[in-house]
Amino acid sequence: MDARRGPLAVPKVRRVGFFTSIEPSPDSPRPNRSLSGPAEAITTSSSPLSDSPSGQFISPVQIPPLRHRSDNLAAASRAAAPVPVPVPGPSAFRRQLASDRALHVGSYNPVDSLLGTSPPSSNGEVSEDSGSLFGFQRSDSAKLSASFPNGGFDMTMRVRAPQESEAKVVIASTSDGRKKNVEPSGTSEPVAATKPRKEKEQKSLKEKTSKAERRAIQEAQRAAKAAAKGEGSKRAGESSRAKPSKTAKQTQPKKDVPQVTSSLSEKRTVSVEKERRMDVPQAQMQYDDKSRVDKAKRRSVVEQTESKNKVELFLHLPQYERGNQLPNLSSNIFTLDTIHHAVYKVGLQHLAGDLSGDNSRCIAMLHAFQEAINDYTTPPMKDLTMDLTGKINGYVSFLIECRPLSMSMGNAIRFLKNQIRKLPVDLSEPEAKASLCSEIGRFIDEKIILADKVIVQHAVTKIRDGEVLLTYGFSCVVEMILLYAHEIGRKFRVVVVDSRPNLEGQKLLRRLVARGLDCTYTHINAVSYIMGEVTRVFLGASSIFSNGTLYSKVGTACVAMVANAFSVPVIVCCEAYKFHERVLLDSICSNELGDPDAIANVPLRTNTKHAKTMDNNKNLQFLNLMYDSTPAEYISMIVTDYGMIPPTSIPVIVREYRREDLLL
Amino acid sequence: MPDVQSMVLEFVNKLRKRKIEGSQATARCTVELLRSVISHHRVPHHANQASALIDAVKAVGAQLVAANPVELAVGNVVRRVLHIIREEDLSLATAAVAGLDLLDASDDDEDVNGKGIGYTAMSAAVVAAAARSTLRPPSLQTLLEGTPESATVPYTSSSGADSESKTADKSSITRKLKHDVIEGVNQLIHEIAGCHEQIAEQAIEHIHQNEVILTLGSSRTVLEFLCAAKEKKRSFRVFVAEGAPRYQGHLLAKELVARGLQTTVITDSAVFAMISRVNMVIIGAHAVMANGGVIGPVGVNMAALAAKKHAVPFVVLAGSHKLCPLYPHNPEVLLNELRSPSELLDFGEFSDCLDFGSGSGSPLLQVVNPTFDYVPPSLVSLFITDTGGHIPSYMYRLIADYYSADDLVM
Repeated sequence: MDARRGPLAVPKVRRVGFFTSIEPSPDSPRPNRSLSGPAEAITTSSSPLSDSPSGQFISPVQIPPLRHRSDNLAAASRAAAPVPVPVPGPSAFRRQLASDRALHVGSYNPVDSLLGTSPPSSNGEVSEDSGSLFGFQRSDSAKLSASFPNGGFDMTMRVRAPQESEAKVVIASTSDGRKKNVEPSGTSEPVAATKPRKEKEQKSLKEKTSKAERRAIQEAQRAAKAAAKGEGSKRAGESSRAKPSKTAKQTQPKKDVPQVTSSLSEKRTVSVEKERRMDVPQAQMQYDDKSRVDKAKRRSVVEQTESKNKVELFLHLPQYERGNQLPNLSSNIFTLDTIHHAVYKVGLQHLAGDLSGDNSRCIAMLHAFQEAINDYTTPPMKDLTMDLTGKINGYVSFLIECRPLSMSMGNAIRFLKNQIRKLPVDLSEPEAKASLCSEIGRFIDEKIILADKVIVQHAVTKIRDGEVLLTYGFSCVVEMILLYAHEIGRKFRVVVVDSRPNLEGQKLLRRLVARGLDCTYTHINAVSYIMGEVTRVFLGASSIFSNGTLYSKVGTACVAMVANAFSVPVIVCCEAYKFHERVLLDSICSNELGDPDAIANVPLRTNTKHAKTMDNNKNLQFLNLMYDSTPAEYISMIVTDYGMIPPTSIPVIVREYRREDLLL
Repeated sequence: MPDVQSMVLEFVNKLRKRKIEGSQATARCTVELLRSVISHHRVPHHANQASALIDAVKAVGAQLVAANPVELAVGNVVRRVLHIIREEDLSLATAAVAGLDLLDASDDDEDVNGKGIGYTAMSAAVVAAAARSTLRPPSLQTLLEGTPESATVPYTSSSGADSESKTADKSSITRKLKHDVIEGVNQLIHEIAGCHEQIAEQAIEHIHQNEVILTLGSSRTVLEFLCAAKEKKRSFRVFVAEGAPRYQGHLLAKELVARGLQTTVITDSAVFAMISRVNMVIIGAHAVMANGGVIGPVGVNMAALAAKKHAVPFVVLAGSHKLCPLYPHNPEVLLNELRSPSELLDFGEFSDCLDFGSGSGSPLLQVVNPTFDYVPPSLVSLFITDTGGHIPSYMYRLIADYYSADDLVM
């Protein structure tokens, strides 16, 4: 694993540099300290550092300080072996590589490293993902959101001991390196940093994050400070002569020392506060645990009451009766002031099924969160980051109660939580709220709306005159593609395939026909009848997993399979924010169950009453799967905002882009 | 005769209006109709009796097939009846060759032109020719021999010293033939009616404990098959795909539940999702083609593909009346039938788009609602017919047992 990560991280580094360039190079000292291991390496091999993405590099490193921490720690622990190796290495080039790696690892792998090195944090993340997907794990998700900081904390704690030793090792190695490239500042810095580290370690994650954010926000201030600190600047200038990036880094450590000392006292107090705050999330976590228990109870109750409707194969999914929750919710609405009304509204819409489509669901949720954040006021004696995260967790768990979240919503929530976590501590509440809201708006604009536009642009190039395009169900991206292609004068025919019980295809059909497109409508059983005349299949997606599995509306797999059998290319249109690093092999393990009554009620038919009368027979069950997973082999191409890629490239996209998008 | 004619017309109308559903019901009705056609058929005295019967059946059969060309069971049954006639004719002829006393004994004489029976009149050569003409597959040689054969009939009759004895002999043969044919047809009816039991008897060999079975649409054969296994104390679970526009799956599920089977109804779109947890797919065929391809309820091809993908056995149950001696060409289209769009869309909503008379030329919206689906033989693991289990590549041979090659083209 370690070895793997090391190399893997390298490409990320570039990305990082790319992304980080935007951010301010002169950052707070904290991150460096936390980085101690890597930082040392970097400092020792100054030239390599400079060589590497330089200023950009630094900035990224600094940007996710919390992550850094854990990452660094993880990296350090992980890299214990690698770090020393490169350091002793006589060739500067080697060293540089190593340092790069370490940097990258630290800065970029945060999630990965967390996952890999720190079990708690990884658990948290995983649970979050899964939780977002599935109602039953909701507690986990809440937990994780709450626990993310915790997880980081734990990590730091755990890693501490090893890291220090490692750090020492590193130092030693660096000292060796020093001899070659002597940089006193670097060496001294780590040493100094190690002391505060211990203290920081406990508090570290939050602080660092806050600091990182601070840096970004308060660049101007920092710059002024840096200027004030002539030494730092001088040194930076000296060391950085070759490259400016160095200066920034070096300056950071120096700054750190004074700042750290001054800030340490503050931080201690802060740490106390933070501990308190930590308690709050922990309480939430417990609450989540309770809720999980409650949910389990509820589930068991449900099982007892409607065991007839439970499908054995899907006992791992929430199988509840629709309509049961609505009265509860409506009664709760007055008692539960914890749920913001906007979120509550979205939740009810989910419950009632008024919202469909992953994008619209996601956007509705984000808008609700925006509103909720706008109306949010930090309670006295509480930290905005922690408290707001807790709030969001509450909202999320409420939403999950209404309907299990889609993968994309899980991703969006993760993004939001990361944004909250990254909020600078010293940001005033209105500022923080404004920045969060703008971040949410940016997410919606960039990741959904703009992405859709890009996808449309890409996909239209695949539509030629005289083609017969088949689409299944309703996908707003596909709709946009078809309409746009029609607008620009392409002559083609559309086959809309639909399936019970939602009959979403009719919605699409209505819109297409209204715009004058030539349409053919049929149901999914007839797909192999119609496939013979189809030249291309366009499918929407709910999510795409990193093994290339397409997770989408149930029936998509059937359509893709038949298209594959008829050698018709299958083009999947999916925004990159829906990509998910999980893997999925079948449609059983993770899915969502819809209302079984929707299947029992057959339109137009006299046997409706049969089904109704048979309803209480325990031998008869109705299974309303919402999603299925299409194997990657059926997918010819995936059109996403990063371009048109094969399904095998999904893990690459997830690794290279998504992390940064979510974490930075 | 007008009675039969009206019956035929009535049945043709029913077929045309698709009033008769299901290949089994169609087959039974067709057989019964043909039986009455045969029994009411007045056999001319001069001609080859068997060929006259065959012609009569063919004429009716052509009407029936034309009335519903997609219902292959009609054609199958007509061919089966023709085959029965030919076989009976042949057996009679060979019997005549072997020992003409038998004819004598069974002779009953109502319309007697001449009571005198010359059993020497029938020459073995004529019998042989008749046998040849009834059973020989169509070939260039038969065509060439066809003209001399027709010539032989008058020749033999003229060669026979007294024509009376000849016709009497013929009529007796006719009686016997008709009697045997009707008996054969009765057997066929019996067979069609009993194919469910025959097939269901084999269920125990194919279904084991705790099996998970997926089926699609509604088929009486499948129902009996599953229930037979259930009666043998096998406990298993059945997933029923609802069979979209007609929702026959709900009917099947209801029946299954009534018989105590654990049944889960799923949407057709979930077939692929569920197939990975299914041990066997069992469907009832609408028709089985000579190449081993299956025509089944719409959606079957999807299930077959999914089953193939997951290496799940795809078993097709088919009574012998569903075995069609034709090789399909583009069966998805040519052997299919499009039903009303109203099953998919409410007319009210899209009526303006569906309207062909809206001046703009072709309508914007078309609704495709096919009835059947074709499964290529490569996707079928096993056929279970009333004569046992067979693989797809063997079907042509099995089918050859039921039909004579002369009737393939009607």
